[in-house]
Amino acid sequence: MPARPPLPYLADGLRLPTNGLDYAILVIYFAVVLGIGFAAKRSVKTSLDFFLSGRSLPAWVTGLAFVAANLGATEILGMAANGAQYGVYTVHWYWIGAIPAMVFLGLVMMPFYYGSKVRSVPEFLLHRFDPKAHLLSSVLFALSAVLIAGVNLYAMAIVVQALLGWPTWVAILVAGLFVLVYITVGGLSSAIYNEVLQFFVILAALIPLVVVGLKRVGGWHGLTTTLDHTRGHDFMTAWGGTGIGHANPLGANWLTIVLGLGFVLSFGYWTTNFAEVQRALSAKNLSAAKRTPLIAAFPKVLIVFGVLIPGLIAAAIVPKIGTPGSSLTYNDAIPLLMQDLLPNGVLGIAVTGLLAAFMAGMAANVSSFNTVFTNDIWSRYVKRGQSDAYYLRFGRIITVLGVLASIGTAFLASSFSNIMAYLQTLFSFFNVPLFVVFIIGMFWKRTTAQAGFWGLLAGTVAAMVNYFYIYKQHVIAIPSDQGANFVSAIVGFVAGAVVMVAVSVVTRPKPVEELAGLVYGTRSPGMEEPPAAGDEAWYRRPALLGTAALVIAAALYVPFSF
Amino acid sequence: MSDYQHEVEELERRSATAARLFDIRGIIGGLFVVYGAIVTIAGITASDADLRKAQGININLWTGVGMLVLGAAFLVWLRLNPTSPPARQAEDGE
Repeated sequence: MPARPPLPYLADGLRLPTNGLDYAILVIYFAVVLGIGFAAKRSVKTSLDFFLSGRSLPAWVTGLAFVAANLGATEILGMAANGAQYGVYTVHWYWIGAIPAMVFLGLVMMPFYYGSKVRSVPEFLLHRFDPKAHLLSSVLFALSAVLIAGVNLYAMAIVVQALLGWPTWVAILVAGLFVLVYITVGGLSSAIYNEVLQFFVILAALIPLVVVGLKRVGGWHGLTTTLDHTRGHDFMTAWGGTGIGHANPLGANWLTIVLGLGFVLSFGYWTTNFAEVQRALSAKNLSAAKRTPLIAAFPKVLIVFGVLIPGLIAAAIVPKIGTPGSSLTYNDAIPLLMQDLLPNGVLGIAVTGLLAAFMAGMAANVSSFNTVFTNDIWSRYVKRGQSDAYYLRFGRIITVLGVLASIGTAFLASSFSNIMAYLQTLFSFFNVPLFVVFIIGMFWKRTTAQAGFWGLLAGTVAAMVNYFYIYKQHVIAIPSDQGANFVSAIVGFVAGAVVMVAVSVVTRPKPVEELAGLVYGTRSPGMEEPPAAGDEAWYRRPALLGTAALVIAAALYVPFSF
Repeated sequence: MSDYQHEVEELERRSATAARLFDIRGIIGGLFVVYGAIVTIAGITASDADLRKAQGININLWTGVGMLVLGAAFLVWLRLNPTSPPARQAEDGE
């Protein structure tokens, strides 16, 4: 998600009353996770099988993996926290902050990604621009993937310690080693299959929580009445109080929400983050690749209720949540409801769902890291021209090293958590200019190889200067971190675009024949691939799926707008 | 077509995923049937304290039944439509 929530510190004493039944459910899940890894092993023959599932998975599998890769536990706990803190504003992260970008990725960008047969997002930069832009984005992506995997692991360890009472180091090692084994053995297929499974377990965890929670607060009507009274009417609306010049808790107005979150941050994250795009690149044909983010958009539209409603319920049950007068933080919203409302059995499912989400979130980062490190860094700049078996073996070794590095990062994070939060913010500014470079590179033939590198650099630097100097040093007052994030994203986007255009004007473009299939208006042989049997069915038409997702997201805003 | 595209096509031809990867529907179906059974039994034998905690809803029973239905649906789907259509038909023509 763009603009990640901070680490989920939980209140002491939120220990879940788990029993043997709950642990049995958890143990079964861990066994199945490993089973999937070993069963997938026999399908891994080439490096393409290991890194991209041989480009052969069906669209519903890649689509659910696409949404699950984003549905990590930091996302679930963090967005429920958002709900408890800001109320219905949280829907912006889903309806305007995800759906348009996912539809754009599927309908507009996927033909270039999938059709050009690149194996990663950075590899597209190599062919469209030059090795400079490619190496810069590959190295930054690899570093941030390890870091985010480590932070995810650490976040899991604090949650597990609070809820189950395991020491943090045990939780870090257990989850880290499970991820290590099932990805090293089974490759991306194993990661994706586990994500699909995790998606359903998460649903089975969130739905009962919402049902029982609503009963607790007197249904939706009771919830609305209580929160209107305690938090004010705007808390239950999406747009109330977001007029320019109005103050609201989010610290952002409708313009920064639409441009910063809805356009720049969200498009940057969803269309260029390889941990997401990789799921689509593993689809079996162009039609399935285009449908991957579109199929993901439908659950994404609805999942917000599964995290927002528990957040609202927590805010209604504990009116002081998150304030200095309460021992509970916003991050406690979901664990609190689990503790108070779920009997053993469903409680085990919910704990399993959270742990599954943590592992899948980490696995998505690890499986994209090993691909970029092997294909984009090692085989391109260090050891070229080796056999495919060599790169497959190397991919497995680097997976082990990557997970070990994440485990190390997680231990580091436990002593230097502020630095980690800082680094995460730092890396978050990298997606924004990346999106500028992609969008200009895909739609403007004239933009040059030099422009890619300099646009990337200028946009990143501009976003960082805005955030770390202009906002943090109070040169200009921006009311909140979230608001500053949105503004920095817009600044990075504009700076990247201006520099790209300026550099393009004074440098020489690549010859048109080298851009076949990489730029709008050109085609490559891969794009002429005929649709597979059954792909012409009306419900598989990408344009229809994309339009439907946009219409549903827009329609859902209506009841929350007044 | 450029070099890397030939390389990817060659790897696609040798890829074993389409032919040898198992079908995830069986795993989802199996796990949800097992989970559904466990949680449904917990619902049938629910104590008064369990019911009070869940606001008078027998949430284990409902969740268990829901999971059983989902698991069964996946197994039925797998049964009715056992294999996906061949992954890459274009191969023969090249």
